[in-house]
Parts: sequence; structure tokens; C-alpha cells
Amino acid sequence: MIRALTILGVMLATALPVFAQSNKELVTSFKLENGMQVIVVEDHRAPVLQHMIWYRNGSADEPHGVSGVAHLLEHLMFKATDNMESGELSATVAANGGRDNAFTSYDYTAYFQRVAADRLELMMRMESDRMVNLRLTPENIQTERDVVLEERNSRVENNPRALFGEQMNAIQYYNHTYGRPVIGWRREVEELSLENVLAFYRTYYAPNNATLVVSGDVDPEQVRALAEQYYGVIPANPDLRERARPQEPPQTAARRMTFKDARVAQPYINRSYLAPERNTGDQEQAAALYLLAEILGGGTTSYLAEQLQFENQTAVYTGAFYSGQSLDPTTFDMVIVPAEGVTLEQAETAMDDAVAGFIKAGVDPEQLDRIKMQLRASQIYARDNVDGIANRYGRALSTGLTIKDVQDWPDILQAVTGEQIIAAARDVLIPETSVTGWMMRQEEVSQ
Amino acid sequence: MRGFITLITVLFMAFPALAEVKIKQVTSPGGITAWLVMDQSIPFTALELRFRGGTSLDAPGKRGAIHLMTGLLEEGAGDLKARPYARELEALAASFGYDSSSDSVSVSARFLSENRDQALALLRDTLLAPRFDQEAIDRVRAQVISSLKSAEKDPDEIAAATYRRLAFGDHPYGSSGSGTISSVTALTRDDMIAAHKAVFARDRLYVGAVGDITEQELGTLLDNLLLDLPETGAPFPGPAEYNLSGGVTVVDFDTPQSVAVFSQRGIERDDDDFFAAYVLNQVLGGGSFESRLMTEVREKRGLTYGVYSYLSPRDLVATYRGGVSSANDRIAEAIKVIGEEWAKMAENGMTQKELDDAKTYLTGAYPLRFDGNARIAGILVGMQMQDLPIDYITTRNAKVEAVTLDDVNRVAAELLDPEGLRFVVVGRPEGLETTAD
Repeated sequence: MIRALTILGVMLATALPVFAQSNKELVTSFKLENGMQVIVVEDHRAPVLQHMIWYRNGSADEPHGVSGVAHLLEHLMFKATDNMESGELSATVAANGGRDNAFTSYDYTAYFQRVAADRLELMMRMESDRMVNLRLTPENIQTERDVVLEERNSRVENNPRALFGEQMNAIQYYNHTYGRPVIGWRREVEELSLENVLAFYRTYYAPNNATLVVSGDVDPEQVRALAEQYYGVIPANPDLRERARPQEPPQTAARRMTFKDARVAQPYINRSYLAPERNTGDQEQAAALYLLAEILGGGTTSYLAEQLQFENQTAVYTGAFYSGQSLDPTTFDMVIVPAEGVTLEQAETAMDDAVAGFIKAGVDPEQLDRIKMQLRASQIYARDNVDGIANRYGRALSTGLTIKDVQDWPDILQAVTGEQIIAAARDVLIPETSVTGWMMRQEEVSQ
Repeated sequence: MRGFITLITVLFMAFPALAEVKIKQVTSPGGITAWLVMDQSIPFTALELRFRGGTSLDAPGKRGAIHLMTGLLEEGAGDLKARPYARELEALAASFGYDSSSDSVSVSARFLSENRDQALALLRDTLLAPRFDQEAIDRVRAQVISSLKSAEKDPDEIAAATYRRLAFGDHPYGSSGSGTISSVTALTRDDMIAAHKAVFARDRLYVGAVGDITEQELGTLLDNLLLDLPETGAPFPGPAEYNLSGGVTVVDFDTPQSVAVFSQRGIERDDDDFFAAYVLNQVLGGGSFESRLMTEVREKRGLTYGVYSYLSPRDLVATYRGGVSSANDRIAEAIKVIGEEWAKMAENGMTQKELDDAKTYLTGAYPLRFDGNARIAGILVGMQMQDLPIDYITTRNAKVEAVTLDDVNRVAAELLDPEGLRFVVVGRPEGLETTAD
């Protein structure tokens, strides 16, 4: 089967798979006196490393009315500092044969470099410099805002699936800032000012709001010494407050939306439900939801595929997605792409009937065993990609989890029972917290 | 931190030797050759098989057959129909990936040491005895058609399709390997069997293996897995002719941001000047923030999120290509700037500093590629397909270092053809009109 249908690219990209956990002995962690957490993941097979810093702030931490400021700042972090010229950091990384980049999400902003193993000190020197010494000009803002608007054009305006996703998300969250796109609403991005950017920078870019993650051919003691030298000397921000974003009121109304665009070739339905996330010391429900997504819509052998693609040809594609790594409540998503000749209404009914049938029938124990076997194997495969392990820790520590939570997760997944999965489905897949979106072709318009 | 500059100079000299990738050539008792990197630190193996030819081997009138056939490989083999097959694969926690391009079909397998024999027995059935059940054909065909319909309304896909058609016409390179809605609709089970025969043959096979497997074990594996494949498959098509002159082709499409691809004649991988051209491209539009195109189009003017260029030496033609996207009212300026940079480089070449920086980047970045068993297995196969020597990894950086300023600027003057650069623009670009078809 050809899994990655073009039309679903965006959705699949946002549904982060939960990789297997690392072997604990590869991972060392410690905290600097100023509150900065450090994680080291060792792999000595090749003389390379990844140096990465995760700030515990993302688009969901932005004040009202300035959506996109976290992401614009991420772009501007490559401009001048007191000690570096604009572009010098990337140029230096490149001149050392390395690659660097950064990304912003709802809950975090991360910067990374991949370089030869003996370049760690240089990376720390530059990264610690821009944590506090950024020097921006109004011209920087203007040019980079244009770049971000073109990024938004590429990712969103030119892509009806992304526009549809933005609308779905805005309807899913009444009150929480997760309802705003990470890249920001166009109108607000156009208006972002130097003051907006600097206010965000000064609030959040501090060692006590960051996790340093170094992976590859490194010695934890050496990482500690260098981290103390470069990051340890930066004072903590005493004014940093606990993250408290506006939370959702009880959701008591099923929502429906239709989205039409002339660029839609293949109509489909997305259904999302507000869902609990992984919380520290409390990951059982999230583990059940993770397995529910696998069992219901994780591939050829999943329940929805069996019912709607094999038993009959109602759909060309079905899927279920859940990402529990989120500071505040997340979503559980299902997608159905109807087969030729099947209406959206018929497809939606078939999907709902299939889910009801699944809850009634219960979990196939053999299917659950196979998925658990794959999860165990993925712990072996994961060791081939220590940067992936490093990213998992960085993301977890930026979304309210602890190192222990990350290390407990594989066992929690293995312990989930079929009954717990059905119970999670009954709890979460309820109309009151749902959004149903129909992605439709634009009717012919005469001009 | 002005001090960085001196620091870097010192560090250059301390640059570590390349990651030690010890490649052994293994020939099985049955005569099948593979390149192997043994790494027993993690109990699994990545195996990469690649068959030269790819979707360019489609029979006349059967466009999309090889692509569909490749998509059907995971839909059952031997006695196992699609669903039991998928369950078996899940239970083994192995993964088999299939991909088709215009030059090759690849099979990327990953399996645990603890159940290697069972995983390979399943892979053997997949390669030698795929079922091609009619219901699976119909199901996967519907998915392919759904993708083709979406591609018709995707500006990136429209740009790629228009470029292909204009550049290569009736040659297989001139159309999508996925086929058209009508060609895919017409495909039959017999076409799948014929496509399978066309692709999977020993005379076009390249193998790379990395991980927890010995030479002897690999030798046995190769014979069990591949010896029963037929000796030969479909004949390879001849070289493609590149038909494009310079200019602009606009494809009207109602979307806010125009997508442009650009192209001119390229340079073959085995040309003596390939490395000079490779370094040249790194400075002009290679994938870093420091390239001239990124500096001029993005950093200085904010006209795009990304602009890039790359050498594309394929089996049957070599081109030099790139891409950029800008809002409809700004794309004309972006294209103007790209054209100017192309001409400037052709005329004046680059500076010694630009050359030195590019070399340092390229040589330093090279070891970063070898990060993971599957990645290395892919590199091993790529090297064999390009007919590179088995010690290439240890000599490659020296080839980059050997490029002189005279070389690179001579190649800039010879290769870069600002007059011959064709832009295919999809959108509603303001101030741009078609000047060439």
C-alpha cells in the first residue's frame, strides 16, 4: 500500500510518532546552578555530535494579538549579537563543516547544530552568546518578516490542507492559545514589531528556561565542564513565571465545519477530539490513547483500514493520530478519504459506525501483542539514531515531563491492556469535544 | 567574539579523520556482489537493494505500471494475502520499504538479528512471488489515482510536470513515473507481472548491507534472497535529449504564491570537472544559508523563504536545476535576481575566500552523512551505481580540496549559461509573461 498519500502530508507530519525509548545507560543528566537542565546521550560510533538547546516557550506562550512572534524571533536569532555579525553563527558552523537550523512549535523553540565531535566548545560559545546578547535592528525585523510571510505562503496559503487544518484547530480550542497557528495569523505577523520580539526574548531566553541536549561522540564530564563555563555563567531570569496558558472551559458542543477551495482535488474528513496529554507521573491514559491510535488507524492492519479499505471499499485511506507530547490538552484525530463515488456524508457515517463497532468488539489481543513487539523492537532500532533519542528528551522536558517520565514510558506502554484502550476510547471519542471538518472541492464558479 | 576567526583556523587542522567506514566487498558463493559495513553494536541489519532502470523501464502505453507494481509489493506474497502478510511483517518487527524513481527501484529492509531468517524468508517471497491480487491492485490503484488528482492542483507538482514535459518530451524523463489517470486506470494484472519482470533482475542489481551481519552470513543471505531472480530484465532506454532554451514559461494557476523551478544543461558525474562544478554550486545556490542566492534573494531582500540550486546528473541526462517560491507580486524580482547572480558568477567567478569556505564546508560535512545503518547502506549502493571505487570515501575529500580557483572559475564560465536558463513559473505572477515554450 502506498501510505503517504500526498493530500495527507500535512497531517502526517504533525502526528509525531512516539519512538522507542533509549537504553538508560546511554543517557546522563545534570542541572547547572542557574537552573539549566543538561542531557547527554552518548554514541561513539562516529566522531560527530549534535548540540541542541530547547527553550520552554513556543507559540502558545505568546501574548494575545502577536501570534507568530515566537517563530519570528527564532528566525531573528541568526542575526547579530554583541559578539557576532548577522549570519556569523551559521557561517561559522558551515565553515566548520556543520549544519545548523532551528524550529518552533506550540510548546518549545529549539536550535541545533550537527558538527564534528571536537567542535562542541565553539557551538556552546556561540549558542550561549545569542541566549542573551542578541542585537536587533528595525531593518532586521522588516526583512525577516517578509521572509516569514513567504514561509507562510509556502506552507499555508499555497496549501488548502494547511488552511483547513488552521481552521479546524481554531475551532477545536475555544480559549487555549493552541488554537492559533505556530507561524501566526497573517494580519498579526505583518504587524509584529521590534518591541514585540524583544519583549518575548527578554522574558524567555534564559538558562532556567532551557534544556541543553548534546548527543553523539561526547563525554558527559567534558559536556558538564564546558556547559558550566559557557552557560553556567549566565544568570537565571528571576522573573520567569510558571507556564500558565488560558485553559479550555468544559467543551459541551460538537462542532462541524465545511471548507471549500478550488485547489482541492480529493475531498476528505478530519475529526478531532480534545484529548488528555502525557503528564508527569500520570501517563497511563496517554499510553492507552497512543495504542488506540495505532490499533484504530496505524496502518494496513488497523481496525479502520480493515473495515473501510479491505472489508469494503468505502475509503482509499484512513488513519488515526495521537501525539501526547504537549504541555496542555492535545487532540486525537481521525481521517477518512472516501473512495470514488462515496460521499462525505457516507464516509463519515461509515467511520463513526466502524469506531462504534470497534468499541463494542474490543481489542484483538493478537494485534495488541504485535504492536507491543514492534515497540520493543523500536528500542533497538532507536539506538541507531541517538539524535532522535536526544530530541525525544528535549521535547519531553519542554512539555512538562521529566527524565523519569521518558524512561518509564516504554514500560507503561507495555502494561496497557485492551480494556484500558477501550475505556480510553469511550472517555475521549465523545461528540461534545469534537470538531468534524469536511474538506471540499469548490463548486464550479463562472467568471 | 571576533576571536572565533583564529579559533577556527586552529580547529581546521585538528579536524578528525573521517568516520571510519570499513567497507568490504562480499561475493556470495552464487556470484552476487555486495558491499558490507559490519557494525555489531546494535542487533539489527539495514539492507539496501537497488535495481537500475526504475520507472523509465515502463513499457510503451503502460506509464505508471512500475510505480504501481512497486506499491503492490507489500500487498501480499506467496501464500499470504495482503492482510496476513502485513500481520506477519508486524509480528517480526521488520520493515521493508519500496520506492521507485526514474533511475531505480529500491528496496530498503531493516530486520532484527533475533529473527533475521524469518524476515528474509518473507522478503524473498516478496521479491520472487508477489501476489498481485486483483483486489489489491484495485485498492492501491485508487490511492495512486487519488494522488494523481491532487497533483493536478498542486503548484509544486504542476511546475515539476511542466518542466519535465518541456525538457524531455516523449522520453521517459518527460513524464511522471506515477503515470496519468488514464494510463493507470487501464493497467491490468498482466501489466504488473510484466513490470515486475522488467525491473527485478540480477544484471542491474546493487546491494549494500550495514549492521550486525558477518561476511559469511551475508553471502548466504544474498544467494537465498536473490539468486533465483532472472538474469536480465527490460532493456534500458537511450539518453534523454534536453530541449529547453532560456526564457520564462508561465502556467496560470490561482494561488497566492508563485512556485518557480529553473534549469539549464548540467554536467555528468564522471566528468573531470564534476568536483569543480559541485563546489561552484555550493557557493552559488547549494543548500546552506551562505550561498549567493540565499544571501541575495532571502537575507537581503526577504523575497523568499527558500531558494536553492543543485546539479542533477541522472543516468540518462545531466541538468543543473533550482527552485524558488515568492508571492505573485514579488516572484518577478526574485527571478531577476537569480538571473543576475547566475550571470555574475559566469562572468566574474568567485573569490578565493568563497572557494575556501565552500571546501571547508563540503569536506567537514561529508562525515556527517554516515549517521545510521540505513543511511550508510544507501550510500554504499549509490557509490556502486556511480561506479565509484570501494575506497572512494577516503579519497573524496581530497578531490574537493584539489579544486583550484582557476578550475572553479573556468567551469563557472563554461557551465553557467544565463541565456539558457529556463524558468517555469506556476501561479499568477505579476510582470512575468511566457517568452519560451
